[in-house]
Amino acid sequence: MSRHEGWSAERARAVIDSHAGEDGAMLPVLHDLQAMFGYIPHEAVPLVADALNVSRAEVRGVVSFYHDFRDHPPGRHVLRLCRAEACQSVGGVRVADHARARFGIDWHETTADGALTLEPVYCLGLCACGPSAMLDETPIARLDEAQIDALIEAAR
Amino acid sequence: MTMRCFLPRDMAAVALGADRVAAALTAEAARRGLDMALTRTGTRGLFWLEPLLEVATEGGRIGYGPLSADDVPGVLDAIMSGAEHGKGLGRVEAIPFLKRQTRLTFARAGITDPLSLEDYRAHDGLRGLERAVALGPAKIVEAVTQSGLRGRGGAGFPTGIKWRTVAEAPGARKFVVCNADEGDSGTYADRMVMEGDPFTLIEGMAIAGIAVGATKGYIYSRSEYPFANATMRKAIVLAREAGVIGPNVLGSGFAFEPELRVGAGAYVCGEETAMLDSIEGKRGQVRAKPPLPAHVGLFGCPTVVNNALSLAAVPFIMAEGADAYRDYGMGRSRGTMPIQLAGNIRYGGLFETAFGVTLGELVQDIGGGTRNGRPVRAVQVGGPLGAYFPPALFDTPFDYEAFAAKDGLIGHGGVVVFDDTVDMRAQARFAMAFCAIESCGKCTPCRIGSTRGVEVVDRIAAGDRIAANVALLRDLCETMKYGSLCALGGFTPFPVLSALDHFPEDFAAPAMPAAAD
Repeated sequence: MSRHEGWSAERARAVIDSHAGEDGAMLPVLHDLQAMFGYIPHEAVPLVADALNVSRAEVRGVVSFYHDFRDHPPGRHVLRLCRAEACQSVGGVRVADHARARFGIDWHETTADGALTLEPVYCLGLCACGPSAMLDETPIARLDEAQIDALIEAAR
Repeated sequence: MTMRCFLPRDMAAVALGADRVAAALTAEAARRGLDMALTRTGTRGLFWLEPLLEVATEGGRIGYGPLSADDVPGVLDAIMSGAEHGKGLGRVEAIPFLKRQTRLTFARAGITDPLSLEDYRAHDGLRGLERAVALGPAKIVEAVTQSGLRGRGGAGFPTGIKWRTVAEAPGARKFVVCNADEGDSGTYADRMVMEGDPFTLIEGMAIAGIAVGATKGYIYSRSEYPFANATMRKAIVLAREAGVIGPNVLGSGFAFEPELRVGAGAYVCGEETAMLDSIEGKRGQVRAKPPLPAHVGLFGCPTVVNNALSLAAVPFIMAEGADAYRDYGMGRSRGTMPIQLAGNIRYGGLFETAFGVTLGELVQDIGGGTRNGRPVRAVQVGGPLGAYFPPALFDTPFDYEAFAAKDGLIGHGGVVVFDDTVDMRAQARFAMAFCAIESCGKCTPCRIGSTRGVEVVDRIAAGDRIAANVALLRDLCETMKYGSLCALGGFTPFPVLSALDHFPEDFAAPAMPAAAD
């Protein structure tokens, strides 16, 4: 059960067209495409390039520059763990190491069953109650090893 | 009589369970047939007390926190009977952490419904904009200059001078860009403004637009802040519908239209020129200066780029007058700074106060030391590009110049506390590693230097010619400091050199085998 749709050129075009005439529409378009498909499908690149009157290389350049944009589908859930200093000061590194060991994956990887993708994030602005994380759209504060264990169960 | 309750919907409060408390409260009130109205506010910024429920009484709002859903029936019993409750905090405004503050920018945070313009007006909102449209552009610029307001993103450039430059720059199109790309670890004040008092930011931007002759504005926020973005979008729609912004700002004939743009996880886009490229739809690469954005900015037009906290301070300055703001502070740092206490700290939260409070007061008296009770060993001030301060420097006052004199910076006001288990060599390594991950790649000192920096720290950790490699690391820091295009490469040496200067013992011996991997 995915939170995202399968590729559809028609749906992609509708998203791109909704930003017609906007100045600097590249990031809003890419955000919307990723919200729809979970990543920026290879097939979307020429459509975006055409609509924004830029080269495909420029679109790829933007997709690869920003950490948020993926060029391949994520797992059914995405867990973003904060790796920045405020979370480091309250055991964030230890919790992240536990998560990687428990899930058997490293950063940017997806579990073999496709349940969960692990992403690093550098600050969620929850710095007085770390370590912090986002599971899909849900923020989590004071994360510990036990919560990580519960998360992986829930994701499966 | 209706029982009026307030509970934050702030992202941190929700992360700590505020939504569960809200659901329990609504259900329990219904079950008891209570006439209760719950307003979801922003946060006051006292995060160790979140979720913090407030109840309106004749004597002011009474607080209960930190609550879990299980506490709700007992708290309701206490409210109804007037009995004490274990999590009762008494009058919220009397909580010392809040009482000691001077809240000018954050006067409404946690008090009002963030998306009620009526509430906003009732709490002095829009008075600044009303006065601004009456005064006109030249007098607005004069007032902001007189107030002594300096850039709250960290550079500390006088806001009024920046505005004057853009106002005087020729151009048919001009822009106001609000830098809300709050990427520094240990900071969350922009997020609190956007979630808790978004109309302040809109009001500040509209004043800036009128002052410089810009009719279009962009708020550049972060994808890591979904709550803030949702609130900001709704606030813009509401403000437009009410005529606060749009083609005829408050009926003045001035036009101003702000739009929210969301970044995509690139720290460097907090740098103003990278941000402009990002809004234009490009890779967020830093531009060489000059030309300054004030002359050639967004889409080649004169552009004011201000931090969200600078813009959020403007409505107060316009409403109360430049002197009312300038009377706070010390030296050339005027007004208040929303300081964000973070990391391993007992009382973590937003502390807005006049410049001049010392770092030691912030960490020990106000922050209460570490969360886990261990001794404080290091405090990083100003985000990932800020220096680590040892307790020996705790007498440093919070002031742009005083921090610069100690080879540090106040940055965006983030204060991250570490206890005595911190490994400063690991922190120095992280500073370089973070720079390598986030470098836009345009200049060599940052792009290559950061990676070489990680390697040199690793050699030191391995015990390989420690003295020679420490000297090399310092030399590399000099190159990055003076040779980088922007603050990312240029300031990454601050945490590294401060770790070397103040904590040399952490670099003296090889890492324990168990810690190395």
